[in-house]
Amino acid sequence: MTLETVLLTAAALIGVGVYGAMSQQVVVMVMMGIELAVAGVLLALGGLWWFTSPDVSLQTLGLVVLAAMTVEMATGFAVATLLHRRDGTDMTDMAAGLHE
Amino acid sequence: MQVTDAGLLTHLAYAALALTAVAAGVAVFVVDSMARATWALGTSFVCVGLALVLMGQSYLGVITVLMMVMEMAVMAVYMQMFMGMNPALMPMSMVHSHRTAVLAGVGTFAALAAAALLIPWPDRRTTPLSSPDADVTAAMGRDIMGAHELVMLAVGPVMVATVVVGVVLSVRGSRYDRLGDDLDLDPDRKAHR
Repeated sequence: MTLETVLLTAAALIGVGVYGAMSQQVVVMVMMGIELAVAGVLLALGGLWWFTSPDVSLQTLGLVVLAAMTVEMATGFAVATLLHRRDGTDMTDMAAGLHE
Repeated sequence: MQVTDAGLLTHLAYAALALTAVAAGVAVFVVDSMARATWALGTSFVCVGLALVLMGQSYLGVITVLMMVMEMAVMAVYMQMFMGMNPALMPMSMVHSHRTAVLAGVGTFAALAAAALLIPWPDRRTTPLSSPDADVTAAMGRDIMGAHELVMLAVGPVMVATVVVGVVLSVRGSRYDRLGDDLDLDPDRKAHR
């Protein structure tokens, strides 16, 4: 466990998350990709805190990142519900509401 | 506990957590079942939370584990509500622009990994704050009630706004749909719908 290995793990999580968010067709799966990337950010933040500067204010920043994850998830669920209700779909390709 | 004193056990535990986190993250987009994908994501989050605990951040780590397990439970229900088939019984590949996405993912990883390895990160033994507070959780509590109270004051309304957003987006019709523009229609007649 060194700073480099922690940051590499975080980079891998973010990379997989970017792949998922870009490739998935189901809205909820896109959200999973985004969540995975934010988890990578959280891990990188934790690693930087522990290995470079264990200042408590960075912990508060971690709480904000966690809050962002919650907001993303709650809003994403609401959007998925809206899409499903309006268009009967859960796929990003069929959600053309803004396009019309 | 000094950084350099991290024992073999810590290294091994971290290696296991890191590998599991990434492998479970990949599994999310590989497995043929929405429920399995959800719990794979949950496993990945739990590993991230435990890695944070390993790095002396018990509060943040434990709250990550608790929050994400609950979130995955909700997500599993969602997946099964909205998937119009029984994905556990058939292989599924629901991707678009696969090549672009793979390139973007690999490119992101390569760029971040290069940054992680090439940037000369400061060592905490040479920075002014060489060791964390004795009780990180208590120090954090004082911080969010003191120096960074404004941060938490801002996060609170954001959370409330999120609740409102969630309800407004997902509710089926508003009272104006049910009761007309002047809110005086009989909701049972549904003449205006």
